Amino acid sequence: MSQAVFVAGVGAISAIGKNVAECLDALENSRAGIGHMHYFNSLHRERLPVAEVKMSNDELAQLSGLPTTKSRTALLSMIAATEALTDAGIENLAAFRTGFISANSVGGMDKTENFFAEFLSDNQRGKLRDVVHHECGSISELVADQLGIKEYVTTISTACSSSANSIFFGARLIKNNILDVVVAGGTDALTKFTLNGFNSLMILDEQLCQPFDENRRGLNLGEGAGYIVLVSEKVAAFLKKKPVVTLSGYCNANDAYHQTASSPDGTGSFLAMSGALKKSGLQPADIDYINLHGTGTQNNDIAEGTAIRRLFDPRYPKMSSTKSFTGHTLGGCGGIEAVFSILAIEKGIIYPNLRLQTPMKELPFTPEINFIKNIQVKNVLSNSFGFGGNCTSLIFSKS
Amino acid sequence: MYIRATGNISAQKTFGHPPFLAETAEYTGNRLSCIEPDYKTFIDVKLIRRMSRIIRMGVAAAMECLQEADVKIPDAIVTGTAYGCLEDTGLFLTKMVEFNEELLTPTAFIQSTHNTIGAQIGLMLQCNNYNNAFVHRGFSFESALLDGMLLLKEKEAATVLVGAIDEITNISHTILSRMGFYKQGAVSSLQLFKKNPVAIGSKGTIAGEGAAFFLLANEPSSTDYAKLDGLKTFYKPQGVKEIEEHILSFLDAHSITFNDIDLVITGKNGDAKSDEIFDRLQQTLFTKNNTINYKHLCGEYPTATAFALWMAANIIKSGAVPAALEYSGSKENTIKRVLIYNHYQNLHHSLLLISAC
Repeated sequence: MSQAVFVAGVGAISAIGKNVAECLDALENSRAGIGHMHYFNSLHRERLPVAEVKMSNDELAQLSGLPTTKSRTALLSMIAATEALTDAGIENLAAFRTGFISANSVGGMDKTENFFAEFLSDNQRGKLRDVVHHECGSISELVADQLGIKEYVTTISTACSSSANSIFFGARLIKNNILDVVVAGGTDALTKFTLNGFNSLMILDEQLCQPFDENRRGLNLGEGAGYIVLVSEKVAAFLKKKPVVTLSGYCNANDAYHQTASSPDGTGSFLAMSGALKKSGLQPADIDYINLHGTGTQNNDIAEGTAIRRLFDPRYPKMSSTKSFTGHTLGGCGGIEAVFSILAIEKGIIYPNLRLQTPMKELPFTPEINFIKNIQVKNVLSNSFGFGGNCTSLIFSKS
Repeated sequence: MYIRATGNISAQKTFGHPPFLAETAEYTGNRLSCIEPDYKTFIDVKLIRRMSRIIRMGVAAAMECLQEADVKIPDAIVTGTAYGCLEDTGLFLTKMVEFNEELLTPTAFIQSTHNTIGAQIGLMLQCNNYNNAFVHRGFSFESALLDGMLLLKEKEAATVLVGAIDEITNISHTILSRMGFYKQGAVSSLQLFKKNPVAIGSKGTIAGEGAAFFLLANEPSSTDYAKLDGLKTFYKPQGVKEIEEHILSFLDAHSITFNDIDLVITGKNGDAKSDEIFDRLQQTLFTKNNTINYKHLCGEYPTATAFALWMAANIIKSGAVPAALEYSGSKENTIKRVLIYNHYQNLHHSLLLISAC
């Protein structure tokens, strides 16, 4: 039970790049991926900026090897999961018990909402092939089947903390000796359903978002997928490229305050972060970097910031919200930000929090605004907090 | 680990713990809807009005389960749902299309997220503990159950509330009917497995829905129903031979043989092709075992195994098999160990092993 779980590979696709190298380059050069809608179509296209993956469905299909008729959510998932597995380079994968633990928030909704327009005019109309992958789990199965993973496949959906929970669950399946290798993370494509949902909640920024800024106005929705390959100690020993990062801590807690709003003191965030620290056996002072949930909404940033103050005061680690680059990718963000957190340790880098002009006056700390390299990063805390009060924190450590 | 309490809202009279399946509700047609209770004793009236039907069913089943267990705050809440909150999803989608992305209110969107029911339970209990939601088709409940069982094994929790919730809506029923999942014509639910010209050998099943919760605990208590000994899932097996291998290895892992199993509950659903697998296993593996079915009572849905687990727990606790289950074994024989084998569309197969305390 006490065995370590290693990170053997990472893969990501987001508005700032179709693979990890492109994402890293954008992070290093402060190049955000948020802007006008080009591929996604909505009535709100002139008003609401989004963080699109800069590829059409046809291009994504070609890159993923899946048919172009499949949900964009599955195409994104396939691309990032494949990159992670390739990066891990596990030669005899078939010899191990391998699982795919994915996450998403609305399954194949991008196709369902197209179907729905026709269906509403006549319930015998609309192409069934557009709703056949509506279920969240169906998206995961499209990808698992293509990857050839059969031993264990499941899907988690806890809103914005979905893919942090899939990484958490994947690690436990290894620790409990149920699986040897787990591809874990999550995916979401932009959909009208979520864009209009967040718009009706009035928490979308009509400009580029400014997480942790005193004058923040809301979040920008994004899309993408991020996966990591977790392996047991036994598998790690077989690998040519020796893993250097472990998932050392994790905790899932519930804010139990409101269906969509965080409690003012960030109870859930505090419990998730402190629980993850306890699990890892680390002290707050051991954390070198926090990849913030940092959506840019009034409510999230003050709740998260207050919880950080309570836990870390007076010694604050460096921190930033990479959602200032990628937008909020919902079911994908825990996976994408896990990838960024792991790279921070492997490469000794810290990412900037873009567009931070005026630090929040309630908080005694300011997120990092510059890209930093050649720095020792041993332990990174990654936060993912979602609707329903679902708060999950992960800690990655240098082994 | 122990099944300390249950709460179940289904197409049968199951809520409020009436005598175990003493009465049977019969349905004609291909849609079995839940018999909903008066929610007022379990949920605040103001809250009830705001909740959609699936949220009410899920929250009420969870509350009944916690009351029976006499647990105020469980150490974890884990839910499984394949389709999530379909009514709210359909409502928001409909308005979005009708009003062309304008003038939308957020309520339906907020309640459409797949973790809504687990979150609402957490909110009502003011429970800050572990809260997770699995959404994997015919594995949704089994994944939630595995998470709960592991939390107990890891000693991260002493009590875990695990449940499954899925609903039928007019929209989902229309779409799934168009996909050819359901029988056409006036089929009696209780005749689903009978040799009558409508049901036997015909294509399609009958649609079901349900909300069933279980309180699992590491320590025994005076209210325990049964012990939950094991769970195994397997995905897309290549033929019956592979299914047989999985079942045999599951029994092997628990050091038992078919002789040690007093009752097998199978997930037959009336669809000729789907039921072929169960019929084959009857001839190869379950040759000497008493076998019963359950989907004539609750209908077919991706989380129907939660109904089967509720049934198995009650059979073990009461020591009797109600007439509705058409049990042909010896009445005197006390049932000590039950195996549940289900498959959903021959994609998601699961095995559950339950025994007397």
